[in-house]
Amino acid sequence: MPNFDYEAPTTLKNALKFLSEQGENRPLAGGTDIIDQLKSNRRNADLVVDLKRVPELLTLELDDTQLRIGSAVSCTEVHKLTAEKGCFPALSEASELIGSIHIQNRASIGGNVCNAAPSADTIPALLVHEAIAHTTSTEGERRIPLIDFFAGPGQTVLQKGEILKELVLPTSSPNTASAYLRFIPRNEMDIAVAGVGSLLEVDPVSGIVKKARIALASVAPTPVRAYAAEQFLEGALIDNSSIGKASDLAVDAAVPITDVRGSAEYRKELVKVLTKRTLNICLERLT
Amino acid sequence: MSKKHIKTTVNDIEHEILVDSTWTLLETLRDHLGLTGTKEGCSNGNCGACTVMIDGKSSCSCLVLAPEIDDRKVTTVEGLADHGHLSPVQDAFVENSGLQCGFCTPGFMIAATALLNENPHPTENEIRLKLAGNLCRCTGYDKIIRSVQDAAERLSKT
Repeated sequence: MPNFDYEAPTTLKNALKFLSEQGENRPLAGGTDIIDQLKSNRRNADLVVDLKRVPELLTLELDDTQLRIGSAVSCTEVHKLTAEKGCFPALSEASELIGSIHIQNRASIGGNVCNAAPSADTIPALLVHEAIAHTTSTEGERRIPLIDFFAGPGQTVLQKGEILKELVLPTSSPNTASAYLRFIPRNEMDIAVAGVGSLLEVDPVSGIVKKARIALASVAPTPVRAYAAEQFLEGALIDNSSIGKASDLAVDAAVPITDVRGSAEYRKELVKVLTKRTLNICLERLT
Repeated sequence: MSKKHIKTTVNDIEHEILVDSTWTLLETLRDHLGLTGTKEGCSNGNCGACTVMIDGKSSCSCLVLAPEIDDRKVTTVEGLADHGHLSPVQDAFVENSGLQCGFCTPGFMIAATALLNENPHPTENEIRLKLAGNLCRCTGYDKIIRSVQDAAERLSKT
């Protein structure tokens, strides 16, 4: 473990002050990624700034228009709220998939985003729900559509001293459903070989797709949207044939690598299968 | 590295300790408070041998820094028994042979206790899912699952 100092500020102002000071200063939310990375010398730190005592970063609020998730809110809390209210189903599913319950009790959704692993389970779910990342620093605030938040594996567009304050997700229109699925060789406690989140808004009378969102994990240096598949679906009649075609098109957005978890070819096949399955789950949820 | 003065409650006993900012909760419990029931396995959140409860929530103590538990309540396996009487979860593990070498057992008993506090009547699938973060290389898990089911029955009668 590197030698670092630790601070647990109780105001956002102080947290930003610590983070903007000279040196490699790292925010800590749940710690389930960063502490492991520090231990194994994959990331360094001079100062660790624990954000769990900053009230603004612990916000979890759902109203008629949006869901606001403070960057230090745990996966367990987000899963509980979304499951209880029956909203944002893809996010609800993804937040119950990361590691074990012991990890989910500490790990934050914001940390999953800022760790920026291409395989992060909550990111496709957040992307299909069109999350906006609200960031803050001593310089001011920014609002970044989540799709523009990632710069590469483990890299985000956050500047020095800037943190994710909260993720804001607009409430879905009626007749909308979402789903997230990943493939792992066992039933739990593993990293996605590929993951797919889908969201569908379908006109209940005509069966025409009004909105489609498909996002992929573990098949590119960053999480990606399958734009061609989305565009094909929007305006199309939802049926087995359009779902099949969209699943084929989703594969085009995948530029996977071959590694210990799976070959590039296998990952592309998984994208097709998981896209089809998640779209079908959306349909089931709509009826 | 800096020293931090923290106040924390471990198994209902208040402690004031001077910790290094880089100590994990696991190190603090084992090496500085003498609570060696909590075990170190993988040290990266995969095996669950170091599971403790923090404010009632099961957590991997290897992935928590000591200063993070300032003002928090920690429960380790040593805190499960009540004045020398084993808890229903502990009794159930003993009577159902829910252990062999015993290394994973403290983590499993904490995880099972946290699970049953949250969900007193879990299905077998729910038990398997919520204990997926605890690895056992001896039992093959069936006896552990039976222990948790038995513990749930015992708790429903109390």
